[in-house]
Formats: sequence, structure tokens, C-alpha cells
Amino acid sequence: MGERIVIHPVTRIEGHAKISINVDDAGEVSSAQFHVTEFRGFEKLCEGRPFYEMPGLMSRVCGICPVSHVLASSKAGDRLLGVEVPSAAVKQRRLVNYAQLLQSHALSFFHLSAPDLLLGMDSAPEKRNIFGVLERDPDFARRGIRLRQFGQRIIELAGGKRIHPAWGVPGGVLHSIGAAGRDEILTWIPEALESMDVAISRLKPLLDSLPQEIENMGNFPTLFLATVTPEGDLEYYDGVIRIVDAEGNTVADGLDPMRYATFLGEASEEWSYVKFPYYKPLGYPGGKYRVGPLARLNVARSAGTPRADREMREFKQRSQGAVCQSFHYHLARLIEMLHSIERIQELMEDPEILSEHIRAKAMLNRLEGIGSCEAPRGTLFHHYHVDSDGLMKKANLLIATAQNNLAMNMAVEQTARRFVTPRSIEEGMLNRVEAAIRCFDPCLSCSTHAIGQMPLIIELRNHAGDLLHRLERS
Amino acid sequence: MSVKTLEIDGRMLTGRTGETVFAVAWDHGIQIPRLCHVGGLSDVGACRLCLVEIEGRKRLQASCLTLIEEGMVVKTATPKLKSHRKLIVELLLAERNHVCSVCVMNGECELQDLAASHGVDHVRLRYQFPSLPVDTSHERFGIDHNRCILCTRCVRVCDEVEGAHTWDVCGRGTASHIISDLGEPWGESDTCTSCGKCVQVCPTGALFSKGKTVAEMRKDRGFLKYIVTAREKKQWIG
Repeated sequence: MGERIVIHPVTRIEGHAKISINVDDAGEVSSAQFHVTEFRGFEKLCEGRPFYEMPGLMSRVCGICPVSHVLASSKAGDRLLGVEVPSAAVKQRRLVNYAQLLQSHALSFFHLSAPDLLLGMDSAPEKRNIFGVLERDPDFARRGIRLRQFGQRIIELAGGKRIHPAWGVPGGVLHSIGAAGRDEILTWIPEALESMDVAISRLKPLLDSLPQEIENMGNFPTLFLATVTPEGDLEYYDGVIRIVDAEGNTVADGLDPMRYATFLGEASEEWSYVKFPYYKPLGYPGGKYRVGPLARLNVARSAGTPRADREMREFKQRSQGAVCQSFHYHLARLIEMLHSIERIQELMEDPEILSEHIRAKAMLNRLEGIGSCEAPRGTLFHHYHVDSDGLMKKANLLIATAQNNLAMNMAVEQTARRFVTPRSIEEGMLNRVEAAIRCFDPCLSCSTHAIGQMPLIIELRNHAGDLLHRLERS
Repeated sequence: MSVKTLEIDGRMLTGRTGETVFAVAWDHGIQIPRLCHVGGLSDVGACRLCLVEIEGRKRLQASCLTLIEEGMVVKTATPKLKSHRKLIVELLLAERNHVCSVCVMNGECELQDLAASHGVDHVRLRYQFPSLPVDTSHERFGIDHNRCILCTRCVRVCDEVEGAHTWDVCGRGTASHIISDLGEPWGESDTCTSCGKCVQVCPTGALFSKGKTVAEMRKDRGFLKYIVTAREKKQWIG
């Protein structure tokens, strides 16, 4: 009789989810699914509200990456106003976007995934957390916490507060970082660069010790989608969309993010609250693609900053064509953190960062606006329709985590098939299934448009729904 | 001018005949909470936050509408009054959709300040979640009925100071709401002079300047004092 193993909720991710592993009559894993079990409804609740409230309202989608939503929303608002945003405001926005990339990636790597990497996939669950990392390697953990603090501090200095800074507005930003803020940020840079060297040189040998995990936890061909500069370099705030395939060939280039709906479709499945975006020309589910750090490094030609470029060249040699192993999201994340710090330093040394010409004002000039940027987890789109009084008629948010949904499901299934032996379940097996998900650093609060820490419950059920076995991690 | 002496919170105070308990208390530094009162406009006793206990009277009295009397003994901050005021703030919060975190007046709102000063850390009543519109048809301003507490400051300033009487209250009970002219969209009002006085006196984010984002709105009521004083002294007449 077939059985089902349920991991619910999945831990050390941002949001609520569960994993079902279906077992066939022969006792082998037949399929697995990643269910997102929370529902937010932001697209609905913003209807009828003035569009200039959207950056503040949409920032509430997520406490980890509010800046991305503020930026995408402000950019959609820029389009509704039909104004050119002052270049000083663009620099403020870029600065805070890099800061968020830094803090969000630090959270994902040091707090959520480092326990698996440093302590081992099969280590004791009660130790497998940031406190366990602190015990094992206090300096490493401290550096991670400080990097996150650095990113959050920049957001606070520029945006007014660390979480949900409502400083982005249609047409620009509310205030600039100021000379004192700039000077403080510059004092953090040397330590931050050193910490990245430590982290990257620590991760690389760990990767060499995990060949099975790298090859079997989300290693499959997909398309990769990311924003790049017109020249094809890493870009996080404003650029064109490029798509490459698993061999590294460019499938589409120079796509205008404003026209995302012409090349990206969204499918729905009844077993998850997250939609399943796909690349339209290849259909659903054939047009599956990945976004985020791995995709960005696969898609971009170079980083455009010296330290990150060195790492990126080495990274690209890990595979012929595109790097398809989802496990390498971790290394890609660290390289992006390094790149962000270099870019933050550049921006801090730019005199225009102190300019007070940071907001263009105008009346409503368009009834439809789209804003996009690269969020920590991938490309983010906000698409607004307003009436002639500027009240929201419809919003569509295309979230990075959702765009990885098809790939995450494949990664869960691949990992379950390779590592889970249904007849004798061990906690470490199921942790690997969760770790496959953590590679993508999904943000489910965003993608369902809650955050919580709950015990992990694994239930083994047969087709009739009878509980055969139950493991609980509290 | 005759004066009257009364006791407020144990202090012997003096006020002019015709003054309200509220005015005399504030003149002497006793800050009775209020939402519908604003200096320079007539009082209507709409918010009931300025309720006080007066010896010899069974009912609590709205101090903004109660004239002082000789020998009156008034208490403004008894446990009973504090409890009632806290409940009034909770009723206001439950009645409409007040979401401070995404409001243009977050951090500057009089209702929010009162909730904080009265220890309203949660609302014991069931939220009503009414479905209310936002009117942004006016070129410069907007009205969000979700944040309106029906204090009628806007109605009074428009009528008594600007002389336009664009705003009024329509409906009864919980269906009461502010309308411009005879219920037309604000942007189509024939009487509105677009002076913005209503926006400045509004205690919450219900009336706002268009284009303002979360916590960006600041209100300046300084103009009322100048206008009312000038009018009383007839400074602008020939």
C-alpha cells in the first residue's frame, strides 16, 4: 500500500510550508511536493487605496525583504507619475537595495543554512541552529551576525528604520543618507570585506566535502532568468531581462521588464497557495526557470567589481555551461554579498550620494505602471492598474520565490528520491529534503503575498490517510 | 466682567462667566483629553473624551459644553473617567479601519496619541471592518473614510472659518459619514475653495494631502489662531 511522508512545517525558512513525500507500493519514493500553506492576499487588500501609499503598504509583505517591495512599488509609482527619478534618488535606492541583499543573504547563509553546512546534515537537530554555529565557531557566527547588522544599519540610516522603511515614494525617496550616515557606513567596509573572505574560503572546502548533496539536491537543467545591465553585467535595480538555458546559451536577451507578461505566465495548482510562473514560449511546466543568486551569476557576464569578478570567474568554472546545482545558491549568495559591499563602498565614495535633490513630484499621468528589481531571492515585479483618481484597481505581484516554485518542487523530489528511505526514516534524511528548499532561501510570506517558528512534524501516512508513523521536532 | 470660582481636581480656579469647564481647566494646565475640540471653532461634544465628573450631577458631563458655575466641584481624571475614555478610544478604533502602520499620519495622529496615553495596547471589542471608500477626486486632497472618527472638525472649520460649508454629516448612527456638498465627489464640489483648512484640522489621516506616503503627513493648525484672533479684533476690516 502506498504511503505519504509529510514534513510540516518546514523549519529554518521564512514562512510556513510543508513537504509531502509519496511512497509507492514497493516502498520507494514516487513523488514529492512542496506546499506553501499560508495565504496573505495583499493584491486584494490594496484595491481602492491611493497608489502613493503602495510602497509603505507593500513593504509590509515581508519583514526580511521589505526594501525590494518598496523599490518595485516605488518604481511602479514612478511610471504612474511618468517622471524621471533624480539620479541622486536612484543612488539612494541602489544603496538600500545592496544593503538588503547583504542582510538577507547573511540571514539565509549564516543563520539558516550554515548549521547544516558546518555541523553536518545528520547532526543533532537541537544543535542545528545559529546557536550551534556559535558554539562550534564563534568568530564565524559573529561575522555573519555583524554582516547582517551592517546591512540593516544602512537601511536604518538611509530609510529611517530597519524593517519596513517607508522611505521610497513614487518619484524618488524621502530623505538621503547624509554625511554622518555615509561616514559611519565607510567605517564598516574593511571588516565586511574581511568577513566575506573568511566566509567564502570557509564554504569552498565544505562544498568539496558534500559531493552527494551537491549532485543530488536540486541538480537539473532549467532556464535561468535575471536582470542584467545592457552590457550583460550584474544589475539589481534597473536593467533588461536575460534568460539563459542549462548549457549557458542565451535564450532571450534585452527583454523589457515592463513587458514581463508577454514572456512570463503564471499557472496555479490546487495544492499550494504559491503560483507557478513559467517562460511562456516553452509552456507549462516545460518553461520552468530559476531566479535568484544562482540565476544571476549564470546569466551575467561579469560582476563589474574586482573582488566579486575574481570569485565569479572561478564560480563559472564549476560547471560547463550554466551551474545547475541548486546547492551552489549558497556560494552564489556569498559572492553577491561581496559584490554588494564593493558597490556600497563605490556609492559611499560618490559625492552625489549627499545630494538633496531626491524626489520628482507630479500628478498621476498613467493608469498602469510596472516596477521591477532584483530582490535577494530573484526578480520581482509589481504591476499596478489605477483609476483616474489614482486609486488602485488591480495589483499583480510576481514574486521571486514563486518563480522558483517549479524548481523547488523538483529539488524536493530529487532529494527525497536520493536520500529518503521510507522503511527506516531518519531525521537527517528529512533534513536534507528541507535543506534542498533552503538552498533557494524561499520567502513564503512574500510569495503568498507569516512568519513563524514552529516544531517540525513528520507524518507517515498511507493512501487512506491513516497515520503510520510520526516524528516530532520541537 | 464677572468671574466664577470653582474647584477642578482639588485646585481652586477662577474663570470668566460663559467659559467652559474645559477651557478653564486647560488655561490652568489641566489637560483634559479631547478629539473633537479645536481652539477657534465651536464645540459640539462629539467625541465624549472630555467627560468629567461634577459633584451633584448624576451624569458625566462633556466639559467642552459645560459652563462653569460658582462653587462647582469637578474631577477630570478619576479611575471611572479613565476607564470610560479608554473604552471610547477602543470604540473609535473598532468602528472603522484604522491601520496605523500604513497611515499617512502614523506618528503624528491624535487618535494614536490618545490610544498610547490611555494604555490601549489592544482592542477588547470586535472590529467592524466596514467597507468604506477613499475619495481622491480632488486635485490636491483626499478623504479616507476608513480613518474618519466623525469629530466634525472639518465640517465646522469649513462652515465657521472658511464660510464654504462644503462638508456635512450624512446618515444616522453607525451609517453616519462625512459628505461634500450633497454627496458629490469632493473633486466635483461647487462650494469647495480648495483652501485645505479641513485637512489641517483633521486629527487623524482621514483628510490628507495627495502624494503623501506612510507617516509623511504633518498638519499645521497655526492658521486658525491668526484667523480667529484677527476676526475677533476686526483687524481685516477697512
